[in-house]
This record gives sequence, structure tokens and C-alpha cells, in this order.
Amino acid sequence: MKTMSVITPRRRRNIGIALTKKTGLVFVLPALVLFAVFIFYPLMTALSYSFYNWTGIVRGEFASFGNYVTLFTQLPYKTQIPNAFVHNVMLFAGAMLFQNTIGLGLATLLHRLKRFKRFFQTMFTLPYLVSPLVVGYLWSLMLSPLFGPVNFVLKSVGLDALAQPWLGNPSTAIWVVVFVTAWQWVGFPVLLYGAALGGIPEEINEAASLDGASPWQRFRDVTFPMLIPAIGTVSVLTFIGAMEAFPIPYALGGSMGSPAGATDVLSLLFYRTAFESGSSNAIGTSSAIATLLFLFIFGVSIFITWFMRRAERRLY
Amino acid sequence: MSTLTRKQAAAPSAAERRLSPPRKKPRPTMGGFAASGFLWIYAAISISPLLLMVSNSLRTTQEMASDPLGLPSALNFASYQKAWVTASFETYFINSIVVTVGSVLLSTVVSLLAAYAFSRTKSKIFGVLEAVFLSGLMLPVYLAILPLFFLLDGLGMISNLWSLVLVYGALGIPFSTFVLTSFFRQLPLELDEAARLDGAGAFATFWRVHLPLVKPAIATVVVFRFVPVWNDFFYPLILIRDQSAYTLPVGITRFFGEYQTDWATLFAGLTLATIPLVLIFLVATKQIVSGLTAGMSK
Repeated sequence: MKTMSVITPRRRRNIGIALTKKTGLVFVLPALVLFAVFIFYPLMTALSYSFYNWTGIVRGEFASFGNYVTLFTQLPYKTQIPNAFVHNVMLFAGAMLFQNTIGLGLATLLHRLKRFKRFFQTMFTLPYLVSPLVVGYLWSLMLSPLFGPVNFVLKSVGLDALAQPWLGNPSTAIWVVVFVTAWQWVGFPVLLYGAALGGIPEEINEAASLDGASPWQRFRDVTFPMLIPAIGTVSVLTFIGAMEAFPIPYALGGSMGSPAGATDVLSLLFYRTAFESGSSNAIGTSSAIATLLFLFIFGVSIFITWFMRRAERRLY
Repeated sequence: MSTLTRKQAAAPSAAERRLSPPRKKPRPTMGGFAASGFLWIYAAISISPLLLMVSNSLRTTQEMASDPLGLPSALNFASYQKAWVTASFETYFINSIVVTVGSVLLSTVVSLLAAYAFSRTKSKIFGVLEAVFLSGLMLPVYLAILPLFFLLDGLGMISNLWSLVLVYGALGIPFSTFVLTSFFRQLPLELDEAARLDGAGAFATFWRVHLPLVKPAIATVVVFRFVPVWNDFFYPLILIRDQSAYTLPVGITRFFGEYQTDWATLFAGLTLATIPLVLIFLVATKQIVSGLTAGMSK
């Protein structure tokens, strides 16, 4: 690693002459074909689908923004979209809250730890690697009103009043989805914040402590500002993950977002509209949902990145 | 990922660390106890559902009904046999292996070739292509599922495992080229010049000189792609309509409908789907943790 970083700056300007343009293109070709056929072409086509009226799988006349108008004026879309959207925002807010309090706390403590560090890292990261669908089904069993362990524990410690059908009750079901998502995800921020903390030179903290800064002041004025790039990266990824949420809500509430749409999210709505609605214009309507969601995810990701870069510049 | 790479470079080397004065051993304090208490409690919250899953998979449903938290009285693998044979987990498992191995192999090979070209050329067109590939890291490409479905349907590939291999192969390109390109860029150009003087062509140089040197990056890419492909649920849910071609995640949704009350088998099925991930995590902890946390471990 070290020798390489010494070599790289001097050689950088020379790199780029080893292959001719023609040979280079031959090397890129397989990846390019695969990417073009299975990613680029479907993306462009999906966008165009939303501007046509469809009858089953037959494309009809150009509809301009007709499908988009439908989404905001016709039932069930005009009530289901805001409902699902609020749930996606709750997933994002819940994960952000969880990872920037508990997650950041765990990472900070882990950073100072000498023994058992690898052990705790493994414990915190394992849920993140398990399939989100498996995680969802596992929690649906844990929270079962029948003989679920969670209610069993609550009853055995005398909290009978709290024991309830968590996923059957519309007012608690979405919080279960939020909690399970945050629970699974938190290992990733812990690892990333840990890496960022490891990158902060010890001398800065020592200097601040010699100047009489309290541990809290050191965290607020030294450590935290240096964590902002990592927080920015994690925030963007959390946002994308929360907006794309699919397997956990599917496992906990099915494709209808049971009970009564209480666990519905935008990706489920898109899936349902495209493949389960039976509406004759399913392709037009679902493509409009996909396009809006696509633009929203992409737009906000760019905005968060820009905002975090600005915050970073201000601090230094 | 870019932050990580930077952090990796900025982390003090072992030698530098040894030079810094040894820190004083901290005395145990109230705060220290609270801190380790917090770590242990969260470790329990994090891991106990997974332990419960394994422990309950070894018990019978009746035992679970009377005591949801009890430990298995004896190792009882009957539920595993039921999940594996009766509930078709054998088929799902093999399909998942085929799809995961095939697609990771495909995306790694094409990405290696592309990354090599990106690091060894100067023409503008390669810069553009690299940026296009990279954009795939941020875009919610799964929303393009309808045209993809029609494309594969037109090719007669719905319910065919090859369709998943190709789709995941393409989806792996952004991440794999990103990691591999930055690795290839660190290899000095003298290597190419020396190989060229020895009469090696472009491909021979790539194959015999560069490939052995980027092995660590290949390991990272393979491990990092294995996990999301193994776990993915969305693509097989739509592209696979025939039960004999189900991968594990879709198989599990069907299984949960059929075995609703047979908890022991449900837990065994979930455990079966998780075992390969835990194995890969234990074997490749280095790739997973140190890839993400270089500079953290002291």
C-alpha cells in the first residue's frame, strides 16, 4: 500500500498510453454490451412507457402526461401514493435517528475498545448480511401474537399491557417495519463510522485535550466535524435504501401492505400496480410511478450529496 | 466507497503507530462500565433473533408453543430434513448457488476487462463510459423491471436461471469496475512496458502480469457481490414464474404461505437460507470488515 501511494502521483500522468483506443474498446465491449442491454435500454424504455396509454401489453396512443395526472386524481392512487410515501419517509427518518444516535454511539465506543473489538463488530454486522426477506419473516415469527417470543418476554416480566398483535394492529405495524429496517441496517453505519473515526489523527484530539477541552467539547468540535463526510455517505445510502424498501415490508405485511395499507411503501405500490392490479392500463400507470420514484430518488441523492459537501466546506 | 478508499490511504501505517508514545492504561470508571454494558446489551439485541432462529429450528413446534425461549433439549434435525426435501429447499438452494456463482463470475470477468482498459487508456470515450458505469451505483435500476421483463420474455427466458445470471451480471458491473479500476490504476506502467518488450500482446499482459497482482481486489469484489445477489428477492419474484426455477428468497415466500403453523420447519428454512452468508462472513471476514474498516482496527 505504502510503496504504491509513493509511486502513483509520479506515474499518474503517464498512465493511459499502454492500450490503443481500439484494443481498449475490445476490452470494454463485453461489459458495455451487458450494461447497455440489461440496464441502459430498460431504463430509457421504462421512461417512455409512462407517456403512452396501454391495453394489456399493447401500446396505444401517446398520452402525454395523462398517466401522471391519473396518479394524483384517481382512486386508489391518489390516496395510496401519499400513504406509501409517508411510510418511506418514516423508514428514512427512523433509520437516520437510529444510526446517528445508537449507531454512532456504538462506533465511538468500539473505536476506543482494545479487546473484543472484532467480536462486537461481527455481532453488529451479522444482521446486515442476512437477507432482508429472511429478517422480515424472522421478525414476523418473533412478534407473532400466538406464541411469539417478544410477547412471551413482555408477559413474563409483568408488562402484559404491552403484549399485543404488533403486526395486526395498523397503528403499530409500520413502527415494526421501521424498527426492523433500522435494526438490520445499523451494522453498516457502525462499520463506516468506525472507519472514519480510525482516520482521525490521534494528535488532534490530544491537542484539544491539552487545551482543556472536555470530552463532549472534543466530540462536538473535533470528532463530529471530521465525521461529516462519512455521515454524508451513510445518509445518501440510507435514503436510497429507505426509498427502495421492498423485501422487509413484503415479508411483514405482504404485497398489499397489510393491515389495511398500514405497511405499504412506494416499491410495493409499484409492484402491485404493475403485476397484481389487473387494470388494463397497468403498464402506463406503474411506469409513471416508477419514473416519479426514479427522479425523486436520484434528485434527492444529488441534493444530499451537494448539501453535505457544502456543510463540509463551511466547517473547515 | 470513495470515502473508504481515501481513509484507507490516510490511515497511519503500523510502523508509524508504533512510534507514537504508549497510551496510559485507563482506570476502570463508571463510564467505562456503562460503555461496555451498552456494547453487550446491543450485541444481545443484534444477535439474539438470529440465535433464536437457529435454536428454534432444532426444536419441535409443540416445544415452542409451551416455551418460546427454551433451548433445544436434543439436536433434532427433522425440521431441516422436512424443509430440504418436502418443502423443496434443495431445489431453491441449488438454483440460488447456480445464479449467484454464475452472475458473480460473469460480472467479475467483464468488469476486470473493462477496468483494465479504463486504467490503461487516455481517450475521452473511456472517461465517459466509466462515468456511465459508475452512475449505476446511485440509480434505482430495479424500477426498469417492466421493459426488462418484456425483453427477456421476447427471448423466451422467463423462468430461466440464465436470465437472472445475465441481469445480476449486468447489475454487478458498476461496483466491480469501480473497485477494480482504482486498483489497476495503482499498478505502475513499467509493468506494461516490460511485458511489451518481452513481446507480450495486450491480452497476455493483462492475463499474466496484471491479473495476479489484483487478486485482493478480485476477492473483495466477489465477496461483496455474493451477498446482495444471494439475498435478492425482487428480480426472481418477477422474472421466475416456474417453481422449479425459484431461488431461495422467492421459495421462502411460497414456503411461508404453505407452512404457516409449522414453526419448526419455518425456522429451519430461514436458517438454511442464512448459513451460506454466515460461512462466507466467517471465511472472508477480512474482505468484508477490513475492506470497510481499514484504519479502524488497532
